[in-house]
Amino acid sequence: MLLFFLLPIATLAITSLESGDFISGFDFTWNFGNYSRGFNLYSEQYLHAVEYGGSATIVALLVAYPAAYWIAFHAGPRKSSYLLAVLLPFFVSFVIRTLAWETILSDNGVLFGPLKSLNLLPNDFRVLATPVAVTGGLAYTFFPFMLLPVYASLEKIDRGLVEAAQDLFASKFEVFRRVIFPLSVPGVFAGVLLTGIPAVADYVNQDLLGGVGTTMVGRVIETQFEVNINYPLAAALAFVFMLGLLATLIIYQRIFGTEQIMGG
Amino acid sequence: MLPAYAHLVILWLFAPIIVMIVFGFNNTHGRLNIVWSGFTLKWFENPFGVTALTSAVTTSLVTATIGALISTVLGTMIALAAHRYSFRGKALLDAIMVMNIAASEVVMGAALLTLFVAGNVPLGPVTIVLAQVMFSIPFVAITVRSRLVGFENSLEESAQDLGASPWATFMLVTLPIIFPGVLAAALLAFALCLDDYVITSFVAGNTQTFPLWVYGATRLGVPPQVNVIGSLIFLAGVIIAISFASIQGWRNRRLARESAL
Repeated sequence: MLLFFLLPIATLAITSLESGDFISGFDFTWNFGNYSRGFNLYSEQYLHAVEYGGSATIVALLVAYPAAYWIAFHAGPRKSSYLLAVLLPFFVSFVIRTLAWETILSDNGVLFGPLKSLNLLPNDFRVLATPVAVTGGLAYTFFPFMLLPVYASLEKIDRGLVEAAQDLFASKFEVFRRVIFPLSVPGVFAGVLLTGIPAVADYVNQDLLGGVGTTMVGRVIETQFEVNINYPLAAALAFVFMLGLLATLIIYQRIFGTEQIMGG
Repeated sequence: MLPAYAHLVILWLFAPIIVMIVFGFNNTHGRLNIVWSGFTLKWFENPFGVTALTSAVTTSLVTATIGALISTVLGTMIALAAHRYSFRGKALLDAIMVMNIAASEVVMGAALLTLFVAGNVPLGPVTIVLAQVMFSIPFVAITVRSRLVGFENSLEESAQDLGASPWATFMLVTLPIIFPGVLAAALLAFALCLDDYVITSFVAGNTQTFPLWVYGATRLGVPPQVNVIGSLIFLAGVIIAISFASIQGWRNRRLARESAL
């Protein structure tokens, strides 16, 4: 089973060390030049990926946590209906959802068109083609990956502990800060991981919602493969990206433990 | 304040869905379907009017069905194996899951492309199915495994002691018990395969699936039929989800009644 995953990764590593071009064919030559070239050319796009993906993860966490908290503690018998309502939009194809955001956010579209004609917004106001649109789109796309683990960890909390804290005259805020939040931390970590990695790697949101100068590294990898057909360079870019993610993941695991990441 | 906030979040989540459905009724004339220009039913009367789109949808349905079937079978086998040989199996599944998360779709797509190119495998429906099987297996294995928690191997052992062949044991004892988990896993795998854009785009060659076609069409203007087909898929998903939820509720009530007797 591991072979199923390792084999493609191994060919990726080998391809990244080849040289040559599409017409004359690629040869394996330990060509580490692909790595330095890729890094010199596209370090800005790596940074964009970390920047937008990272802020999208924070946005998703800030939006998801209170909603998950309410569903877990206060939605009562309608808990599962609310959970279903949160998940239903994600039955629609992800490309279509992103397109719909493009429609909503377009300069004179359904949202900003009326506001502009009422002079509530300046005429040159725009969200589409800015980093804000990319970040918002990413936070939206991977929202369930944040909400579900956070919800699961809040839901598991023993209600007796909350009552005990209240009996001991803890204020509402104190109960949250000293009891509920610490117990939900594993869910938060799992959510950050499950949202952050795909958000950093995504390029569909950036392509449809972002403009010139917001390119993320995923897009570069895709273009190098499919348009420029420069397999070695693209493979090197992808390999570096994967190693970066893996390193982050390992540090993350060391600090917080596998059990917490998997058990969310 | 919190309840209002939670409802606002749900509204935010539904906003693009509402836009998608509403613009399926838009009487648009140009190539762009962004500005509202009157109500019409004509796109719903003829949802399959764009030939290339229809064949992309068909390709998606066929590859996703085959991919989901294969990954359900393989993923269930992995989950069963991991359950029986619990310690090593758990570590293995966790390793695969972590790798699958860490590799991310772009890297997985790129890696598979280099593998297919190195192996001279022509890109097309076959490579799409292979790629989809690969990325959906961990989800199947994990879904089925969660159903296996608490499943006693002694049930299988007693069936075999009573003379059942391994195959009969599987069909008559194991499968009926884990079936809800397997079905949920199969639906999840199908949804993942149907919706995948990134990995599929790397290995598709010239073949078009529904997400690929829609993405390609964004440069020229997306026809309203996309909204119509999107709405129909959404409707199907809602029906499946709600019937699943009510069957589950009905089962729980019946179990509660039976145990009360």
